[in-house]
Amino acid sequence: MKMVRSIERLGAWIIDQIETLGNFVFFLFTAVFYIVMPPYKPRLAIRQLRSIGADSSFLILLIGAFTGMVLGLQGYNTLSRFASEGALGSVVALTLVRELGPVLAALMIAARAGSAMAAELGSMQATEQIDALTVMAINPVQYLVSPRILAGLISFPLLTGMFDSIGIIGGYVIGVDLMGAPGSSYMNGISQNLTAHDIMTGLYKSIVFGIVVMWICCYKGYHAQRMATGVSRATTEAVVMSSILILLWDYFLTSVLL
Amino acid sequence: MTNATSAGKASPISISIRDLRRSFGHQEVLRGVNIDFPRGKVTTIVGPSGCGKTVFLKHLNTLLRPDSGKIVIDGIDVTSVSRGGLDAVREKFGMLFQAGALFDSMPVFDNVAFPLVEKTRLSRDEIASRVRETLAAVGLEGMDDKYPSELSGGMQKRAALARALIRRPSILMLDEPTTGLDPSRTRAIHALVRQTQQRFGLTAALVSHDVPAVFEISDHVAFMHEGKIRVYGTVAEVTSAHDELFERFLAGKASGEESPAAAG
Ligand SMILES: Nc1ncnc2c1ncn2[C@@H]1O[C@H](COP(=O)(O)OP(=O)(O)O)[C@@H](O)[C@H]1O
Ligand SMILES: [Mg+2]
Repeated sequence: MKMVRSIERLGAWIIDQIETLGNFVFFLFTAVFYIVMPPYKPRLAIRQLRSIGADSSFLILLIGAFTGMVLGLQGYNTLSRFASEGALGSVVALTLVRELGPVLAALMIAARAGSAMAAELGSMQATEQIDALTVMAINPVQYLVSPRILAGLISFPLLTGMFDSIGIIGGYVIGVDLMGAPGSSYMNGISQNLTAHDIMTGLYKSIVFGIVVMWICCYKGYHAQRMATGVSRATTEAVVMSSILILLWDYFLTSVLL
Repeated sequence: MTNATSAGKASPISISIRDLRRSFGHQEVLRGVNIDFPRGKVTTIVGPSGCGKTVFLKHLNTLLRPDSGKIVIDGIDVTSVSRGGLDAVREKFGMLFQAGALFDSMPVFDNVAFPLVEKTRLSRDEIASRVRETLAAVGLEGMDDKYPSELSGGMQKRAALARALIRRPSILMLDEPTTGLDPSRTRAIHALVRQTQQRFGLTAALVSHDVPAVFEISDHVAFMHEGKIRVYGTVAEVTSAHDELFERFLAGKASGEESPAAAG
């Protein structure tokens, strides 16, 4: 009897999970559907772009610069053991463009803009603003979620590009100016070894991360529970889940695109 | 559509609910609600907090779909209307949410203008004059640029009411429009609701906690208990009805047994 009950409960749990997953995927499809379907509302997406940019630019520049500086330092230290300081530029650039740029930028945007987004949508849910949209015959996914996903799609590659660029400069400042690696081979190494494929790899990653982060953060905020802790829980879950999914997707994409 | 509407207009009943049932998981919230909302009248639903008033109202305005039962609005059974068709039905509604639901990213003017900007092709000037007129009607002038967070509770309700009225709905739904207001503001909002309802000839579905104050502005009153309508009638009828639970509810409210903070 007890056995039957537990199996029943397990079954209910599995059905619940599948249903949640279904809703989760359906949420993205709906949002993307409204990105593609007219009428287009570029005004809304631009506002989101601005807010993601304003939220995250400074952080991206700061973290990007430090990441590049650390790479310059570590890279120089390692390469000088093999007397190949000339390769420093390529090492810094490839590491940033293929791997660290997209991943760290995505993590930072998730922590800063993604959490703000989850909190904003969460409080809109809690105070019935989302219901108000529906009653006004305005599709809330179209109005709130689609512009955010579109903005993520555009802003992630741009911010990643910023991260990579400032990182390469940071690596130069430390590796060349401070440690004394040869400056001309730093730049030449980059232009010779950084291929279009490397750049595309980074670009694909940042686009995928952009969708994933906006998707999770919007979903969590949109479905925040209407209780005192609902919004804070949605925000935390959004950031944690985004971070995990960024790293999972990174591994997957790296193995596919390598 | 036009036929259904004109047929509906003739009928003295604007909204008719039959055996409405809705559960969340194992919790049966609505257990067979039957009630009619006469056209051009204020019908008020009262009941203890958590009895399902908000859930009921969200079925009326088609935010939630019932497990079973019928909701007929102006001759259209909205439970069997497609998603696209629902939007047409929703154009009839103005809804004042319990939490106000003003968009906190927008100032008052934009909040009230929002439905017109998004759903109509009116010119900027026409929108501005409609908004000013509606804000004046709810007694909220000179607040155009204030954000909702900068308004008092009473002013937020007025702004939300203005937004609910801006598209000239024929049905106004209000979810506890006076929760969290002091008695004098409560009276003022009640008076405003009655005045606008009469001015625009609206059918009003009002959910309230404020007994007996809300009776003054009601034509009909329904007492909801455990997901059913237990007492229904004109104000005179229900106040002389002998229903033990309803009397206990009224007495409890009068003696302040249930604190306003606990109000759902
Ligand atoms: N979306 C929902 N999911 C699960 N339970 C809900 C939901 N909405 C309301 N309920 C439950 O339904 C009951 C009635 O809620 P409500 O209609 O808000 O009460 P009130 O009469 O105070 O407005 C409550 O017990 C509430 O917890
Ligand atoms: Mg309620």
